Amino acid sequence: MLDSETNSATIADPKVVCRDVSVSYSGKQALFDIDLDIGIHQVTSLIGPSGCGKSTFLRCMNRMNDVIDGCVVTGSISVDGVEILDDEIDAVQLRRRVGMVFQKPNPFPKSIYDNIAYGPRIHGLVRGKDELDEVVQTSLERAGLWEEVKDRLLQPGTGLSGGQQQRLCIARAIAVRPDVILMDEPCSALDPIATARVEELIDELKRSYSIVIVTHSMQQAARVSQRTAFFHLGIVVEVGETEQIFTNPRDERTQGYITGRYG
Amino acid sequence: MTDREHNTGIAVDAAEVKHARKRYRAERRFRMYGMAAIAAAAGMLALLVISIVATGWTAFYQHSIALDVTFEAKVIDPKGGRDPSVLARADYRKLARASLRELFPDVKKRGDKRKLYGLLSIGVDQQLAELVAADPSLIGQTRRVEIYASDDVDSFLKGFIDREAPESDRRVKDKEIAWLDKLEADGAITSDLNLRFWTKGDSREPELAGFWGAMVGSFFTLLVTLALSFPVGVLAATYLEEFAPKNRWTDIIEVNINNLAAVPSIVFGLLGLAVFLNFFGLPRSAPLVGGMVLALMTLPTIIIASRSALKAVPPSIREAAFGVGASELQVVTHHVVPLALPGILTGAIIGMARALGETAPLLMIGMVAFIVDIPGSVTDPATVMPVQIYLWADSPERAFVARTSAGVMALLGFLMLMNALAVILRKRFERRW
Ligand SMILES: Nc1ncnc2c1ncn2[C@@H]1O[C@H](COP(=O)(O)OP(=O)(O)O)[C@@H](O)[C@H]1O
Ligand SMILES: [Mg+2]
Repeated sequence: MLDSETNSATIADPKVVCRDVSVSYSGKQALFDIDLDIGIHQVTSLIGPSGCGKSTFLRCMNRMNDVIDGCVVTGSISVDGVEILDDEIDAVQLRRRVGMVFQKPNPFPKSIYDNIAYGPRIHGLVRGKDELDEVVQTSLERAGLWEEVKDRLLQPGTGLSGGQQQRLCIARAIAVRPDVILMDEPCSALDPIATARVEELIDELKRSYSIVIVTHSMQQAARVSQRTAFFHLGIVVEVGETEQIFTNPRDERTQGYITGRYG
Repeated sequence: MTDREHNTGIAVDAAEVKHARKRYRAERRFRMYGMAAIAAAAGMLALLVISIVATGWTAFYQHSIALDVTFEAKVIDPKGGRDPSVLARADYRKLARASLRELFPDVKKRGDKRKLYGLLSIGVDQQLAELVAADPSLIGQTRRVEIYASDDVDSFLKGFIDREAPESDRRVKDKEIAWLDKLEADGAITSDLNLRFWTKGDSREPELAGFWGAMVGSFFTLLVTLALSFPVGVLAATYLEEFAPKNRWTDIIEVNINNLAAVPSIVFGLLGLAVFLNFFGLPRSAPLVGGMVLALMTLPTIIIASRSALKAVPPSIREAAFGVGASELQVVTHHVVPLALPGILTGAIIGMARALGETAPLLMIGMVAFIVDIPGSVTDPATVMPVQIYLWADSPERAFVARTSAGVMALLGFLMLMNALAVILRKRFERRW
């Protein structure tokens, strides 16, 4: 399905390479032969109308679809050249390297500290309490939350505001030192100010991580991402530099979507 | 906005007003029905509690007759060896009777004498034997001892027997009343807290019968039930809910667990009789078998409650844990089960409370035997609280009526304690999150 006329699905220096990825839920196909590369140290945004398969595609990259009964993923996805759809790849290890932030902030109903410390603990990434304290602090600092919560690390994470909770979830994701962070509409439950903070954060994080973000907001895609893929009815209609997609879309469906004719 | 306020503020339309009134009336009516229902339920509960307490509270105290007993060495220990087994088997009744005869020297006829002795409980033997066993130096001395009154005398003193009634309708005759009046005048009749009820096992004589044996029996039985049904139930629920594939087999299992929960408890008793007793030859009347039967009965309750508690854990928590790379087992043990624990515990305690009040299946496996000794382990013969209540309720003696109600009070007390425990545990675990 690689159509070089309208698509620049391949890029020179990819972190994740997806080829012919198809997904079906209990026999009902949701994604059709997706080809897409995710660039290293940049933000790739996935846009498109509801139900077109953005989340499904995102969840392929850390094999979160494994836990859904009846979900079958075919094709090839490689991270740093390693095929991850292989049965031999441990999904648990993969998810440490490909972290995820969800639409609705979902901190564990534990203390702020334990929320961050959980990942490093189960993966055995730290030795001793001091090291763990340090990981917690740096993760919260990188998520821009440290100053707000440093005095109440032992209070429940669920007691924070929505925007703080989402940054806590981002801190939790980066605490296990992933390479790729997948974000599924991370700002859709946040107010504009909290959204702005998360966007700043994403901009900041792309220096260290490769980020894929699903968003319903064109402005957000335009603001934070370098590359954009437009999904429609389970296929990638168009993918390219964000600026090109928004200023000069080649496909009329893309044009229709970004100008608000549907979606 | 202003338009609407205008409309409702000055409702011009008469039909609209009428409609609104009708709606309010319906609402008030509905609320009244609800309150009436609650009042009816509360009233019935109050009636139950009041009637039980009213009949049962007298069982918590007990009348005694104080006698100067001479612990004659030649009766208790003719050989003088102070051998405990000899001391335990001596004829203490003789001593108590001698004291009574001294108090009432005019009673000469054999029949009257027997009546006179009948004022005392048959347990006088045991009571004096215990005193001597505790302090052998009593032998040869005279001591004032408070001896339990017989159950009829106790009932009379508690006012359950009307002294104005014709003598032939009365279990306590005129002569006995005269004796009691004399004893009363001498200050020899005392009433004390009935500690025996809380410290002893069952007896044929109501004044000697205690509830402690049944309480210990219930404790051992529930211990076995809990030890078997809680881990099995929680593991089964967790496996079915979190790990098992959803297919025809698991559907069948689910349906059958629900069916099991509806099986009458007597059927589990029959099963226990056939399998545990007759096939495996486990001891009859033992808390071990009772606990196993009740575990079978409680298991479906715990599984169903645990499954719904596990189902109620939001999927977002599972996603969050999977997202940071927790394995399936870690997701379940670190997040899902701890979050479901309050619900699981509540279900388990409700199941245990039901098991505590269960009688029918235990009758089938012989826990209805008359057992005086306090069980010391799960294999000793024992009975449980509800069965003890059933046994007492079946006894003809007047004094067992009060003991039956007292037993019910104790059982209800334990049930309330368990429910309170459920609430406390739930609160505790919820606060941790
Ligand atoms: N767990 C699931 N089970 C069955 N069908 C699903 C599931 N998740 C998504 N789908 C279907 O897959 C399609 C794509 O869904 P999704 O990836 O959630 O879309 P998007 O995130 O773009 O809104 C939809 O038609 C949806 O109904
Ligand atoms: Mg989605």
